[in-house]
Amino acid sequence: MKTLVSQIKQSFNNISVSGLVGQMFVLGLIFYGSYFLLLTTQENLTARGIDSGFKFLNSEAGLPISDSLIEYSPAKSYGTAFLVGILNTLFVSFIAIIFATILGVIVGVGRTSKNWVISKVSAFFVETLRNIPLLLTLLFIYTVALGTLPRAKTPFNPIEGVFLSRRGLYLPDPIAHDGFGLVVAAFFAAIAIAYFFTKWAKKLQIRTGRALPKTLISLLVIIVLPLLVFFILGKPMSLEYAELKGFNFVGGIVLKPEFSALLLGLILYTAAYIGENVRSGLQSVPAGQIEAARALRVPKSVIIRKVLLPQALRVTIPATTNDYTSLVKNSSLAVAIGYPDMVSIGGTIIGQNGQAIEIIAMWMAVYMTINLIISALMNWLNSRVQIVER
Amino acid sequence: MTNPTIFVPKPDREAPAQAKGFLHWLKHHVFNGWFNSALALSLIAIIALTVPQVIQWAFIKATWVGDAANCKTSPDGACWSFIAAKFRVLMVGVYPAAESWRGIVGALVLAILIITTITNHLKGKVLIVAWLLLPVFGYWIIGGGFGLNEVDQSSWGGLMLSVLLALVGIIVSIPLGIVLALGRFSGSPITKSLCIGFIETVRGVPLITILFMSSVMMPLFLPPGFIIDNMLRIQTGMIFFSAAYVAEVVRGGLQALPKGQFEAASSLGISYPKTLYLIVLPQALRHVLPPLIGRCISMFKNTSLVIIVGLLDFLGMIKSASLDSEWLGFETEAYVFGAVVYFSICYSLSRYGAHLEKSDPVLQK
Repeated sequence: MKTLVSQIKQSFNNISVSGLVGQMFVLGLIFYGSYFLLLTTQENLTARGIDSGFKFLNSEAGLPISDSLIEYSPAKSYGTAFLVGILNTLFVSFIAIIFATILGVIVGVGRTSKNWVISKVSAFFVETLRNIPLLLTLLFIYTVALGTLPRAKTPFNPIEGVFLSRRGLYLPDPIAHDGFGLVVAAFFAAIAIAYFFTKWAKKLQIRTGRALPKTLISLLVIIVLPLLVFFILGKPMSLEYAELKGFNFVGGIVLKPEFSALLLGLILYTAAYIGENVRSGLQSVPAGQIEAARALRVPKSVIIRKVLLPQALRVTIPATTNDYTSLVKNSSLAVAIGYPDMVSIGGTIIGQNGQAIEIIAMWMAVYMTINLIISALMNWLNSRVQIVER
Repeated sequence: MTNPTIFVPKPDREAPAQAKGFLHWLKHHVFNGWFNSALALSLIAIIALTVPQVIQWAFIKATWVGDAANCKTSPDGACWSFIAAKFRVLMVGVYPAAESWRGIVGALVLAILIITTITNHLKGKVLIVAWLLLPVFGYWIIGGGFGLNEVDQSSWGGLMLSVLLALVGIIVSIPLGIVLALGRFSGSPITKSLCIGFIETVRGVPLITILFMSSVMMPLFLPPGFIIDNMLRIQTGMIFFSAAYVAEVVRGGLQALPKGQFEAASSLGISYPKTLYLIVLPQALRHVLPPLIGRCISMFKNTSLVIIVGLLDFLGMIKSASLDSEWLGFETEAYVFGAVVYFSICYSLSRYGAHLEKSDPVLQK
């Protein structure tokens, strides 16, 4: 469909001469502006004794970081500290995206349910979370909800090795012994087998019309094969339990309160938005399609998989792409509750050496790269569900 | 002659007894299928367990008057007297008490403007001019000058600051966003790439980085001796942030317009600015009114981030009030109150947006 866009373009082209003059003027203004900004900025930086350039990334940071996925100590460089922040941002966003998607789908389906109780509860969830700022939700979870947990002295201990207290959630740490690599290898081999099996089953169905339960068999292979190898090798893994020593826990995997609060807040907030996308996707499928499928006695599960989902996803996926990128951007609120993400660590660095321009440029570059990657992945997914038109 | 047989329909049969009444509704809307029944029952159980407790806490056992010691006598109930004691701070922050009436006048003017707008008493150009004048009025009534005592920007705070930041941000960013959106369709490659670059950069980064930029980086760009208050710098940052999103919304409206509108205008010899002003923008903006309301909601929620760069808006005041040593231990009340206020404002706005979408025949497909 031709739109206004080309029209406005044309009208500009008609006055090309004056347009050219205008463009030159704009260009000159930009050059002059940037030159002026550069001069004043340099003057300001020297007046305040702030360095410029990225040399500081190699100097010793001297700032402690509570949560790190890679080896880190205050003796490491600013560059490493910033990298720790990037990894923390990626880590919390990745986990939050997975759970927000699951919860969002549940809420979205729940909201379209014919069951009055389920749809009302889902609507309540969505409307509450969408209309309260995420920052308030985060602070509420961090101070109020986590404040109701028991003290570290008397943790909640539902099963052996799991401790829940104000210090965080402590889980047993699995430690791999010799031969665990084989289990991992078996897992990947199982995925490969499942992939080729699905391909073969599809061909079989096209040739003979016989449909095998592809998903079920694939899942079974992926679960059973690694487990089999695991037990044949004599369980090459042990659990290290957390222990209460003095005032704190030692050992085990820990989900710190800051991390948990941020994760929970991001999951709940984004799930509300994804739920709305799922709902509008499901409602965009004309009721007649479902009725027609039912009139043809297509089984209910096949209606969902072959009629409802392919059409609903076309509406849901583009909107959800935006929500994923928002989630990554929203993870920067970590700074308010003290989780050391990229913004929080960068903010500390600005406080130490004042090199705001460099840090902000790095933030922007990283966020835009992450968002571009997410958009590219989701566009690829989207292109697979869109209708192929001639 | 025999009378012709005339078809007389039989009276409608009554609906079967099972298809009426509460039990039927229950059967079809709550207990439809074993899975739904189980889920519904467990949800009802959770509600039955929590809601009475919440009501007990919030109303029945709550303390409504008195000081902190009074509240301590009923530890199972909410302490709303804490909110009452902190009410002024939550609303206007550390704004001088003698000048507090100005906040009330500002709120009244805003309320009148909102009411006349939604009841359609204010229309056309008057409506637009009134809303465009609101930022100027807001800064004047709160900041002073021209006959009013000046109040330093560092003492603005509370809900007043949140509303001011959001209102001024959205109102100023709409014209800016329209210009950016038009620039995106411009034939000039320089203008076009500048606009796209700005919009995509701002949309690609979190608001916090923009706020850090306005708070920490902007002073470095300004000539020495030229100082802008932190609050005004942050307001500028929020306006630019909002403008990029408004531009995307407006772009949607422009793309929805049929090409014939523009052709008709140019065949009548109407100039480009007039075409925009008389034909394109009125239609495009009408299309984007509901998503613009959505931007207002986001903007209002986003103002809560300014506490990270040192302003004490509504959420900032809630946070600092909950840390007051005289009233320790009432964070829950503070945050619940904050949540209720934010929710009421944002939810009303979103209902209004939905109402606009439903009542406008043009937006019906």
